[in-house]
Order: sequence, then C-alpha cells, then structure tokens
Amino acid sequence: MIRFENVGLRYGLGPEILRDLSFRIDSHSFQFLTGPSGAGKTSLLRMMFLLLKPTRGLITIFDRDTATLRKDSRAALRRRIGIVFQDFRLLDHLSTYENVALPLRVLGREEATYRAEVIELLHWVGLGERMTALPPILSGGEKQRAAIARAVISRPQLLLADEPTGNVDPGLGQRLLRLFIELHKSGTAVVIATHDIALMDEYDARRLVLHDGRLHVYD
Amino acid sequence: MTETTTEPWDDLAATAQPALSPQAPGRIVPSGSIAGRSLTIVIAILTFLAALTAGAVTMLVGTASDWQADVGREMTIQVRPASGRDIEADVHAAMNIAQSATGVAEVRAFTKEESEKLVEPWLGSGLALGDLPIPRLIVVKLASGVTPDLATMRKSLAAQVPSASLDDHRGWIGRMRAMAETAVAVGIAILALVVIVTVLSVTFATRGAMATNSAIVEVLHYVGATDGFISTQFQRHFLLLGLKGGAIGGGLAIALFGIIAALNVWFSGTPGGEETAALFGTFSVSITGYVVILALVVLMAVVTALASRRTVQRTLDNID
Repeated sequence: MIRFENVGLRYGLGPEILRDLSFRIDSHSFQFLTGPSGAGKTSLLRMMFLLLKPTRGLITIFDRDTATLRKDSRAALRRRIGIVFQDFRLLDHLSTYENVALPLRVLGREEATYRAEVIELLHWVGLGERMTALPPILSGGEKQRAAIARAVISRPQLLLADEPTGNVDPGLGQRLLRLFIELHKSGTAVVIATHDIALMDEYDARRLVLHDGRLHVYD
Repeated sequence: MTETTTEPWDDLAATAQPALSPQAPGRIVPSGSIAGRSLTIVIAILTFLAALTAGAVTMLVGTASDWQADVGREMTIQVRPASGRDIEADVHAAMNIAQSATGVAEVRAFTKEESEKLVEPWLGSGLALGDLPIPRLIVVKLASGVTPDLATMRKSLAAQVPSASLDDHRGWIGRMRAMAETAVAVGIAILALVVIVTVLSVTFATRGAMATNSAIVEVLHYVGATDGFISTQFQRHFLLLGLKGGAIGGGLAIALFGIIAALNVWFSGTPGGEETAALFGTFSVSITGYVVILALVVLMAVVTALASRRTVQRTLDNID
C-alpha cells in the first residue's frame, strides 16, 4: 500500500530531519508510529498523505510513484486516505454533524443516505448530544473525536491519525482505539502517530519508532 | 456505507444516547462573514461610481448628438438690403425658393420688427431703426431623413435674389461635432478607466475575502472534494455576493438618475431650468445608459466569481 525507500526530508537548507527511511505499510495492517516530540512523526504522516515531498528517496502509494504523479492523481489518491490532524481542522461554521458528514457530502451523496450513519457514529464517539454544536464551543477532546469521526466516516483504505488520543481521558482513548481496531478488522490499514505508551500497550501491534531522524521497525 | 449494520462501530453503539436532531446541512461556504459583508459594500460602492460614470457618459453622448441634430436641421437665409431692390420682395422671393426646395419642412422669415429686436442688445432700445439697413433672416427647417439640394437652392438664390446668402451652419456644425466628439471620447475614456479600476479593485477585494477561506478550501480538499466541487461552491457564493453588491450600487445609481430627472421636470418651467436643459439636455439616462449599468452589475458579479475561482485554484495548487 505504502512503500518508502531511502527517503530523506529536510526543510529548506536545514539539516535532514528524516534520513534513510525504508519501510512498508501493508494493506489491512495496523501500526503505531511513535517517537519523542519533534522526532518527525507529523512530517512522516504528511509525506504519506502527499502533503510533503521528500528531498530524496522513493515513495509509492497504492503502487504509484508519488514523484511522477500529476495533480489530479495526487488528489485521487488522497481520497482513499483518511487523516486526523493534530489541530483537528474542523470548519467552525458547520455543526459537529455537518463536519463529520462532510466527506460524504462532498462526494455528492444525498443527506438522507448518510444521516443515520453519521448520527450513529457521533453517538459512538460520545458526541450524540453535541451534534448541533459548532466547533468553537466544543472542548479539545470533543473536537478530536469529531475529527476522528470525520476521518473514518467514508471508510478509507488507509487511516492516518496524528495523536488521536492526545486530548481525551484514558477511558475515551481506549474507546477510540477500539474504533481504530474495528476499522482495521474491517479492512482499513491504520497508522496511529502517538507517544502515549499506555495506549500502545493496549494493543499488540507493529511499532514504527522514529529516533534521531531514523526509523526503527518493531514487528 | 449506506448499510449501517455493516459499520465497524455498529457493535459498539450500545451506549448510544437519544439523538438530537441535526439541522439540514448548512452552506459549505459561510454566508455571513465579515469579509463577505465588506466585499459586498466595496462592490456596491464601486458599482455605484462606475454606474454614475456610465450614466453621465451616455447622457453626454445623447446630448452631443441632440446638439448636432438640432443645429444640422436648420439653415438660415440672410437677405441684405441693396440699393434699387425691394427687400420685402427679395424676402418673399427667397422664401418661395426655400419652400420649393426638396427636403425643406418649414420656412419662416423674421419680420422687420423681429429683425430690429435682434440688434437691440448691441444698439439699445428706443432708437428709430427704421432707416438702418438691417438684414432680414429666414429660418429654414429641414425635414428629417431627406437631404436638401443646397446647390440648386444657392443657384436659384444667386439668380433671383443676388443680395441673399445661404448659411447651412456647416462651419458651426463642424466645430460642434469636433467638440462633441472630443467630449464623448474623453467620457468613454474616463468610463473605461473607471471600469478597469473597478474590476481590479473588486478582484483584489475578492482575493482578500478569499484569504479568510483558504482553511476551508484545504479542509474540503483533505476530505476528498474534487477541485471542481470546491471551485463551484466558492464561485456560486461569490457570484451571489457580487450580484448583491452590484445590484445595490447599480440600483442606487439608477435611483439617483431618477431623482435628478424628476427634479429636472420639476424645475423645467423656471428660467434656470430652461437654461440648464438647453445646455445639458434633459438629464435623463437613455435605455442604453440603463443597459450599460445593468451590464456593469453583471460584470461585477462575474469578476467576483472568477476571482474567487482563481484564488481557490491557486490555493489548491499550493497544496500540491
């Protein structure tokens, strides 16, 4: 699904912050991406989501070499990937329900075809009573849950989550992890970037550890 | 995804709480933003100024055309007193020649008293002017759409009334036309500049308003919206903003022209009103003027929509 070969990344003329990354993300796989703050987890996720281009090396996503992709092809590949941003990226003028339903709405689906689905998911992530609330009045944890719900509602083939449990209590964190596990069981490949050791200990999964710009894989 | 029983979270939804019924999906592009309202006001003001210019220019074109037509539809025959000739007979003969010419609608000779009144401003009143050799004027009004045969008329006058001369106002019309054409050219140039400045200002104002929406463009792209979908959403929104602003500005300009025309009618009986009407025409905007103003409104809306589309495209290009 995703293959990195000797990938390096630097910002501008600065030092390489990621060096010689070589790994694969297989279909239907589940992995944690971890490492200390500033190790480059978010940058690596952004490269997987085609928002950053590597300064060297080869990246293939869904068997396509990203260096040769045209703009429309990049956009088409992104549509197969769900992403949860660390800063949520919710639209402040839309309600929680509308934000979560957005991926289905932009595909041109009628509201009647997805309404029950969205409401059900919102209940499950604990936002059943906050469906009509606007993001500015949601707590950090609620925003995070809305962002996760939005990323998974369209059942992407690959889900990238950047610190998805960073703002929630341990109990809710475990529930969200169960959601990711269920998604994985239903066929979605999942990459969760986190430095929450307790969360990783909840589920025995592959770990990609970033340290000093290099990646260590623990299967 | 339409079969909700197959979703991963279905078996985990046992704790689901009663639903708060959400509203139908709102607009993807926020409608009441401060930037949007500011843009509407900017477009309204710029359209108002451009519409005023357009109305004034079309009025100027109409007035210049009326000036030329009015002067061009008249000729003057001047009959000078000559020794040994009866001026009344000469005036009568000249009138007959004019009336028999083709393309002449009306012939009127100034009487002796009227001719004397014409020189009063220079000589003063109360003088016995009867002995002075004052020329007599004959005003010849031409029929519209028919070209008079001036050569034949001149020839007949020269043969039958040697003391008469025909003035077709050609020199005056030439100067008038040159002045009117210059005024119209300057007016159109000013209108063109105003429209260009308006278009540029609206473009930059739209870009400014769009800057607050770049996060929305990015999110829509990240959740899978196609470029066409995103562009269409913003283009539709800004087209409506442009139409609203343009309609306000254009409507105010049309209302202002209406008020001026009403005032013009109101003051038409007064000496000041008559002089103003003689110089500037009727102060009413022609159908062409209203069409130009409506075209400006549409132009503002189209410019706003296209500028927003271009900005969306640029934002999407920057993502990649």
